[in-house]
Amino acid sequence: MVDKAIELFDCGHRACGGCGAALAARLVMKGAGKNTIVVSATGCMEVFSTPYPETAWKVPWIHSLFENASAVASGIEASLKMQGREEKVVIMAGDGATFDIGMICISGAFERGHDFTYICYDNEAYMNTGIQRSGATPYDASTTTSPSGSCSFGNKLPKKDMPQILAAHGAPYVATASIAYPADLMQKIEKAVRTKGPCYVQVHAPCCTGWGFEGEQTIAIAKLAIETGLWVNYEMVDGKVSKVKKVVRKPVEEYLKTQKRFRHLFKPTRQDAEIAHIQSIADKNAEKYGIDIKLKKE
Amino acid sequence: MMEITEGSHAVAEAVRLCRPQVIAAYPITPQTHIVEALADMVANCKLDADYITVDSEFSALSACLGASAAGSRTYSATTSQGLALMFEVCFNVAGMRLPIVMSITNRALGAPLSIWNDQQDSISLRDSGWIQFYAEDNQEATDLHIIAYRVAEDFSILLPAFVCFDGFILSHTYEPIDILSQEDVDKFLPKFTPYQRLDAADPISFGMYATPDYYLEFRYETDCALKRAKGVIQKVGKEFGTMFGRDYSALVEGYRLDDAETAIVAMGSICGTVKDAIDEMRDAGKKVGLLKIRVFRPFPDDEIAQALSKVQRVAVLDKDISLGSKGAVALEVRDALYKTGIPVKGYILGLGGRDVRKKDIKEIVSLVEKGIGDQFFGLRKELL
Repeated sequence: MVDKAIELFDCGHRACGGCGAALAARLVMKGAGKNTIVVSATGCMEVFSTPYPETAWKVPWIHSLFENASAVASGIEASLKMQGREEKVVIMAGDGATFDIGMICISGAFERGHDFTYICYDNEAYMNTGIQRSGATPYDASTTTSPSGSCSFGNKLPKKDMPQILAAHGAPYVATASIAYPADLMQKIEKAVRTKGPCYVQVHAPCCTGWGFEGEQTIAIAKLAIETGLWVNYEMVDGKVSKVKKVVRKPVEEYLKTQKRFRHLFKPTRQDAEIAHIQSIADKNAEKYGIDIKLKKE
Repeated sequence: MMEITEGSHAVAEAVRLCRPQVIAAYPITPQTHIVEALADMVANCKLDADYITVDSEFSALSACLGASAAGSRTYSATTSQGLALMFEVCFNVAGMRLPIVMSITNRALGAPLSIWNDQQDSISLRDSGWIQFYAEDNQEATDLHIIAYRVAEDFSILLPAFVCFDGFILSHTYEPIDILSQEDVDKFLPKFTPYQRLDAADPISFGMYATPDYYLEFRYETDCALKRAKGVIQKVGKEFGTMFGRDYSALVEGYRLDDAETAIVAMGSICGTVKDAIDEMRDAGKKVGLLKIRVFRPFPDDEIAQALSKVQRVAVLDKDISLGSKGAVALEVRDALYKTGIPVKGYILGLGGRDVRKKDIKEIVSLVEKGIGDQFFGLRKELL
């Protein structure tokens, strides 16, 4: 068991108040433990945690480029193996580095079967550069490169299913998690780090600046994503889905209404068809993963 | 032990003798024979290394970066498009001061696609912070790999190094090569000791970002280290000479230069052709000599100025072009000789594998004597 009381991602970093990614880093490190080497991709977390000469990382940490974290981790793992060392290798990358620009390196590294854990903190857009659309941006979210406008409701493309893609590479352990469920998140990280081979954990990490909500709402919004079925927490061991987080589902509207990135669905006029489409995405998730708790009739 | 072997295989033997612990490489012509030979050594337990078959050259150098930061001696090899794909990582490796050694079997860059030799690939990375060695023949290519590790890993340097040798012309040519023994190389090149490494027992952060308050000093210190490499190359090259009888202490090397009126400056395998042409011109009474540049980065400006101080004119052969300007070597040689007033003319030749013969060298000498230069040489006029 890893000692969860130890803080390996220290305070004093430069993240926004209420940053979901910073909380994810703290929880991930509690799950991974101190015998860990962290590889970061370029992004918000890298920038807010390591302005030279200060660092928030109390474990060995390396950042090289935006798109090569999994290749760098491959080399570290090979080096540790050759030296007979036991440290665990954990990658921390945002959704842009993971879903988009890092894909070739990720695919190669997962195929080769290196022993590392890849954590994607998913805040659903390029936040470091100013909230541009990524392959993880949800349907209808307004970003600076998929803005809503007089003839657009924002991002028209579906969110890429990275967990499935990596499970298809033969990853022994794939999981989704949320900062709203810290015990579950830490447990999954611990399990991923302990599992031999390339493991993947995608952590839902709301961004108050990019999504447009007050910093104290971060956890509540992350929780609503789960409760509406727009984010599903589950595990995939050897490609088989298990341990799905079940909920009594709320309508997606309750989640959408909390964030400025979806404001155009409600103002100046309510867009029933668009909201219904997003509801259908949640319904499909519910059916695919079986998340609905059926309430017994009184 | 003398062996008649292919350049690529001789280089692979030299790399094996350097005991790299992690090799990451991606196949590209004409580099393949090196990495195939190394993979074969690993498969037959002749080399105790982790050989990572990566998805791209970009991943190859990224994996070397990680392995080097974690504390291993690392190796890769590439050329041309592969090196271009590594562009971003090359700057990163040098900025992070990681002593990776990489072979470059020099090849042209597309478009148009060409698998044949020139030196545009490594020359284009001249600003990246890597030490750049250029070999004239396969013995030199082989020896320079062993020297490159010693220089790169020196705690006063800590910079990566390219060992460049011309694709096909050297990489695929059989020559008698003196392959050193493991015992001797172990004496010359000790076990790798990283200056710093990723280590859970002593956590440090690598590759942090620098604000405008810090960035300039990082660049300055990297530049200082690269310039310091001159002295270390001279020292290590001399030591190699003492141990193995082949002295590589000179960053530039003269051939029949002492009383020369015309000097040709060149890098790589073309130097062999130039030497033969010079011998024939000398027999005909022409006072011509060669200055071979073995180390292009750090640039040996003082050494060039000194070696060429007595000549009347200089012809620089460039197997590269900074499009819209001139050949990279000619520009820098002219800069080195600026204070002397000696006229320097550049000739762009041999691009994309175009053959350069002795008679071409003689023609260039007669051109520089007439003050004609700073031009392409050997163009097929009927195609233009």
